[in-house]
Amino acid sequence: MKSLIKLERVSRTYPLGLTQVQALRGVSLEIARGEFVAILGASGSGKSTLMNLIGCLDRPTEGQYLLEDVDVARLNHDQLADIRNEKIGFVFQSFNLLSRTTALQNVELPMLYHSGRTTRGARRERALAALNLVGLGARADHHPNQLSGGEQQRVAIARAIANQPSVLLADEPTGNLDSRTSAEIMTLFQSLNERAITIVMVTHELDIARFAKRNVVMRDGRVVKDTPITNPLDSREELLRWQAAEPAPSS
Amino acid sequence: MTVADATRIAFHALGRNKLRSALTALGIVIGVGSLIALLGIGHGARVQVEKQVASLGENVIQIQPGTITKNAVKLGSDSVSGLTVEDAEAIKREVPDVVAVSPEVKTKSQVVTGNRNWRTSVYGISADYFTIRQWKTVKGEIFSEQDEPGAAKVTVIGSAVAEELFGEDDPVDKIIRIQNVPVTVIGVLKPKGASAEGYNQDDNIFVPYGMAVRNLVGKQTSLRKIYVQATSLEAMVKVERQITQLLLQRHGRGMNGIEDAKPDDFFKVTTQLEIAESATATARTMTLLLGLIASVSLVVGGIGIMNIMLVSVTERTREIGVRIAIGAHRRHILCQFLIEAVTLSALGGIIGIALGTGAAKLLTALAGWPTLISPDAVLVAFMFSAVVGIFFGFYPARKASRLDPIEALRYE
Repeated sequence: MKSLIKLERVSRTYPLGLTQVQALRGVSLEIARGEFVAILGASGSGKSTLMNLIGCLDRPTEGQYLLEDVDVARLNHDQLADIRNEKIGFVFQSFNLLSRTTALQNVELPMLYHSGRTTRGARRERALAALNLVGLGARADHHPNQLSGGEQQRVAIARAIANQPSVLLADEPTGNLDSRTSAEIMTLFQSLNERAITIVMVTHELDIARFAKRNVVMRDGRVVKDTPITNPLDSREELLRWQAAEPAPSS
Repeated sequence: MTVADATRIAFHALGRNKLRSALTALGIVIGVGSLIALLGIGHGARVQVEKQVASLGENVIQIQPGTITKNAVKLGSDSVSGLTVEDAEAIKREVPDVVAVSPEVKTKSQVVTGNRNWRTSVYGISADYFTIRQWKTVKGEIFSEQDEPGAAKVTVIGSAVAEELFGEDDPVDKIIRIQNVPVTVIGVLKPKGASAEGYNQDDNIFVPYGMAVRNLVGKQTSLRKIYVQATSLEAMVKVERQITQLLLQRHGRGMNGIEDAKPDDFFKVTTQLEIAESATATARTMTLLLGLIASVSLVVGGIGIMNIMLVSVTERTREIGVRIAIGAHRRHILCQFLIEAVTLSALGGIIGIALGTGAAKLLTALAGWPTLISPDAVLVAFMFSAVVGIFFGFYPARKASRLDPIEALRYE
């Protein structure tokens, strides 16, 4: 299987005052199309740095990063921006939706920065389709402050998949959500993964990582464990268990 | 991303903080408003001065006696009794391209009619004078060339004098006495207003030169001025030169026994163009000064925009981080913030133009100041405000576009 993401002995060093902080020390990692990978680790283990590198927000100090066989280190600012726009969808812990902007407009945002011209009508249509996919088609005109945390994260996911990226990068996507809503988000991730969307998710919660198909554990800037999960948790079953334990909220 | 998209985003962002946007634009409103109003005042003043210079007549050349310095004492303009009525006649006879020539003598005198009297300036001139100065009567006639050598006791009076002496009555054919000489009023002149020097041109009376010399001033009195009208604007320089040559020839060196005097000291030839230049130069300087003051307030308004844009960039650091993360190029962010700044300043500019025009109109209505808003000034003020937006918006916009997305997304 051809790999979508290929990191070879990647290091990243930050200057911090007079010393150098080595956030990543020679990480090698391959992720194939259609995988659902959870990157685990304590804070300071280098998982966020790894995430920023994969997301083309940062460049390695040493080593090579190939995204769809393109050496990212050779690209300039604008080319990196285009890669982020077309090939990567970001989901953040704190949702990062634009306030006082409707859900629909938030989802349209990546299409605005797309290099190809699209009409406003086509943008709207695609944004609505993405919102329908995350089950929020009826809330398209709501502003973020009118939505619950779980709904906001679903809008953010709709935004991330609006440009049909090669990989969905989620940085602690359930960090600000309760367990039940977290399970709902994982349901969404699993169904997106079933539609052949590659997902890379950073988390420090083992429960959440068990929904993924592969777990990569990091410590001190190195990958210390990389195990496939042969029998990942099915989030739908988890949800049913929740519903049995307590009645669903009436809203 | 099209410019339309960027503009929509910018308008959306400005709409989120309506009060702040309005207050920021207010700085520009005040700057542009005062620029428009002050330029209007300056321009109005200049137009008025130009009108005053035009009231002199058309293609007019004035010849005045000069001043000379004798033993380091600078003597007044009457110190050289240089110009004579023969000079005026010689100019008319010998210089080509001259349409009309008039000598001028002047005295101040009490003018009496019935139980009213008024002190005014009495000018002795030829009939050509009214042609040169393009001065018509509202009542009666001006005197003809026949009145002049015959020293007819007739007079044409200014409108202000008519008002003082006759009130509502018709002065034509009435007798007035100047230094006890009875003179018949044959005409009343059209009002002309203040001259370029600021004298009321309507508070004068005019009598034929010959009559003035015989009855009012002595024969020895030298001319105060000679007025010459050239055929055209182009001819003026040539006529001026020829007059100078002729007068030099006629008077030569050593006039009045002053051996070391230079020819230039005896008389001064001034064209209307020179008068216009010196008069409008003052108005222009004033306009420039007023414009400069207003520009300062516009710059202050610009600094206000820069200030708010910097605050806005800091506040929206996360938003900028998100935009960069999902694929905005640096120029997209730069454009977005630049359009916000230019929108603020241009909007302020448009409102400022409206308010400034209103303020100028109000000044004219209330204080009677002449103001004139020219399309040029409006265009310049608008461009200026837009440029202020670009200039002061650029630094904050650049700062926004250079943010590191990783830092920006982490910003609290």
